[in-house]
Amino acid sequence: MIRYIRWCAYFCALLLVALLVNIARVQVWESAAYGANPANKRPAIERYAKPRGDILVDGRPVTGSRDSGQLLRYERTYANGPLYAPVTGFSSQTYGTSFVERAEDAILSGTDPGLSAFPLWYELARGRPAGGNAATTVRSGMQLAAYAGLAGKRGAVAAVEPATGKILALVSSPSYDPSVLSGTGTKVKEAWSALNADPARPMLNRALRETYPPGSTFKIVTAAAALDAGVVTDVDAPTRTPDPYPLPGTSTLLPNAGTGCEDASMADAVQWSCNTVMAKIGVQVGLRKMVEAARRFGFNTEGLRVPSWVSRSNFDTDMSQDQLALSSIGQFNTTATPLQMAMVAAAVANGGELTYPYLVERTTQDDGSQVRRGDQRSLGRAMNPATALRLQELMVKVVENGTGRNAAIPGAVVGGKTGTAQHGVGNAGTPYAWFISWARAEGTALPQVAVAVVVEDASADRGDISGNGAAAPIARAVMEAALATG
Amino acid sequence: MTALTAKVAEPAPPPPPGAGAPKRRGVELTLLAGAVLISVLGHLYVGLATSGHIPGPAARYATGLCAAALLAHLAVRLRAPYADPLLLPIAVLLNGLGLVLIQRLDATTPGHLTAGDQLLWSALGVALFVLVVALLGDHRVLQRYAYLSVAVALVLMLIPVFFPAVNGAHIWIRFAGLSFQPGEFAKILLAVFFAAYLAANRTALALTGRRLFWKLRLLPGRVLGPILAIWLLSVGVLVLERDLGTSLLFFGLFVIMLFTATGRIGWIAIGLLLAALGAYAVGTFEPHVHGRVDDWLNPFASIERGEGPGQLAQSLFAFGAGGILGAGLGHGQSFLIGFAAKSDFVLATAGEELGLVGLAAILLLYGLLVARGFRAGLALRDPFGRLLATGLASIVALQVFVIAGGVTGLIPLTGMAMPFLAQGGSSVVTNWIIVALLVRLSDSARRPRPAKEPAE
Repeated sequence: MIRYIRWCAYFCALLLVALLVNIARVQVWESAAYGANPANKRPAIERYAKPRGDILVDGRPVTGSRDSGQLLRYERTYANGPLYAPVTGFSSQTYGTSFVERAEDAILSGTDPGLSAFPLWYELARGRPAGGNAATTVRSGMQLAAYAGLAGKRGAVAAVEPATGKILALVSSPSYDPSVLSGTGTKVKEAWSALNADPARPMLNRALRETYPPGSTFKIVTAAAALDAGVVTDVDAPTRTPDPYPLPGTSTLLPNAGTGCEDASMADAVQWSCNTVMAKIGVQVGLRKMVEAARRFGFNTEGLRVPSWVSRSNFDTDMSQDQLALSSIGQFNTTATPLQMAMVAAAVANGGELTYPYLVERTTQDDGSQVRRGDQRSLGRAMNPATALRLQELMVKVVENGTGRNAAIPGAVVGGKTGTAQHGVGNAGTPYAWFISWARAEGTALPQVAVAVVVEDASADRGDISGNGAAAPIARAVMEAALATG
Repeated sequence: MTALTAKVAEPAPPPPPGAGAPKRRGVELTLLAGAVLISVLGHLYVGLATSGHIPGPAARYATGLCAAALLAHLAVRLRAPYADPLLLPIAVLLNGLGLVLIQRLDATTPGHLTAGDQLLWSALGVALFVLVVALLGDHRVLQRYAYLSVAVALVLMLIPVFFPAVNGAHIWIRFAGLSFQPGEFAKILLAVFFAAYLAANRTALALTGRRLFWKLRLLPGRVLGPILAIWLLSVGVLVLERDLGTSLLFFGLFVIMLFTATGRIGWIAIGLLLAALGAYAVGTFEPHVHGRVDDWLNPFASIERGEGPGQLAQSLFAFGAGGILGAGLGHGQSFLIGFAAKSDFVLATAGEELGLVGLAAILLLYGLLVARGFRAGLALRDPFGRLLATGLASIVALQVFVIAGGVTGLIPLTGMAMPFLAQGGSSVVTNWIIVALLVRLSDSARRPRPAKEPAE
């Protein structure tokens, strides 16, 4: 019997070995795959186990964290949700993250290796450092001015610092409070579907993600292309343009909104926003050079990240002459984000050099020590410095004695350009009112700010009046705020 | 002496027959102190990790555990001085770890606290241990009660049929607010009966019977009949009660003890074949079991169907999250398993929070316990004792394998309690009795042989 007992013992030893091999398989081999399974709640529980780091505006947090006592413990709160929603985005236990919350998620949630001097230690200890902070380039005064200026009307404002590319204001209206999306449960789900069903599309970031026909504001790009290409050498020379202007190869006549555009110079055409002159100049520059100029300003380039991705602004590369004429005044298929048009104004103000726009100044650890700086870099030269100077003069005239007088600020040099964009089938839609501008305090060399404003539901005044009436005052308020804070 | 022992502990030289074996009670006391210390530290750690402060009843808990361990040790020292010094410390350590894990899971289910009940049942288990060790002077006495045992076992197994089903199985009876599983006790009684019957009829089983072919002989029906009938009856009752884990255990126990008694490998083969056929049939036609087999084959099927992870998937997630070193006591999320996290799936908490290292240590503790049981069987001189020790050790081994293999996805899941670790009063009490019997058997095995062998 001894022998058989021993055999039983061997058998049990075999069972034990099988168990040990299997737990090694499960806990070592399969461990990573189980952890990555989307149905495994552990990563989410760990992710929300600590308060999320904050997003700062002017050094003060505009976000917060609330202990919900739930499984996914800390939920996001927003101090001034609708105002900063286009900057912060939302951070939701149910729907993930967007904008800076998404772009800087690794810092905010504490997974970024840069948050710890000894990343390996946290690997070993299975812990996680406290979430870091993301300080934005946004200035609260300008953000408020833009938001108040839009006053709930559909539209957007983007403001950048021309020399650095810092995004100083980013407003989309109507907005929403991202805190309604924090956490879990039916209330969050209801809020999500209500926001998505809202015809005003409050969750759409119009400053970065919506493209509009830029209308007459695009004439700055056309003018830059003409000066750089040598098509126009003297901005004050008459251009021999008929009014109305027959689109080349068609019998369609392009009219002007105002009078006095017949045979006008390019300077007058910018000042009074003559469609005929700029359309003709665009055709003279030619498709290839117009496309090149537009690309130098940032059109047709994919992958702009601020650090959230920005929709691509479009200038068609294959067009007939009449289409090119329309595109040269910002119609036809030409579309631009408000940020793109702010970049156009900024390039003019910055002597022709285009800087990469960015929204996150620096990321820090919980204790304030820096993890990374926002990258200041150039996107290249959009036009010759001489062309930029010439255009600055033209844009100043628009504000001093042209279509953009509503943007004038005493004690400051302001350059601007109005725009009214037709859209919809047969131009049936309410026109978009545009205004792009830049400003510098008198006696300073560098302009402090470049702004683009678009108002969707501007009253359908004729011509460029709506750009001046609806958009320019908002731009002025934002520029005043920029000049006030220095 | 055995290979298994050599694998997990330094092999003690076997006592030469007739010579006085060392008693090693001091070793037992030292190991007990270690087991109690580990349990108390675990208790404190769980309190700190889950609530941030030392648990209120910590002092009472530590005193109680010390008192229980000391009492059990005194019983062994006085009544079974030659007993294996490892058995009691392993039982105390496993029971202590079980309490720690249940206390930890209590922290995440505030509405359903069970650590207190478990403590009470553990105390009762230790009391029964003391009683068995103190009152049972010689294990051979049990041989006389073989038929009484089997009668009581069958009655115990039948009782729950008349009680309402809990979670689909008729294996509990509820009485005065407490519920217990009579089937747990029945397995000891059945092991006693098998051992006694097989020991008595060993010669007939081994030597008689018509030869079929080669060495395979048909066992005489006269001898095999009664035991086969009783086994079939008990498994039938269990199937009726839908307690498949225990019926599997009884089947394995029967085959192992029959093999040990007769040495017929052919019967093992036939037994395994029958078991496989039965398992296949039940797995195909019984919806409850069929579902579990499906779960085993593809634990993530419910996720792919969009219904979220099932229990087995959650259990695997927990083990995976533990990794090699574990998340640390109180830092895991094995409560996600939900229902049965404290009973069937308690091992997942051990795996997640103590890691591969801790889990392997726990499994090796069981291995050591089983090995020491077999060792007692090897050293014993009477067939009944040998068979009983083998049977009891096999019960522990099979239970551990079935439940640990089930929750880690090695074999299909069958509801069964992890000895000492899982929440469940009857299980804890039963396992304490098994350890008491093993202590008694090992004491007999190592006791210096008197000059003249007493008559069997």
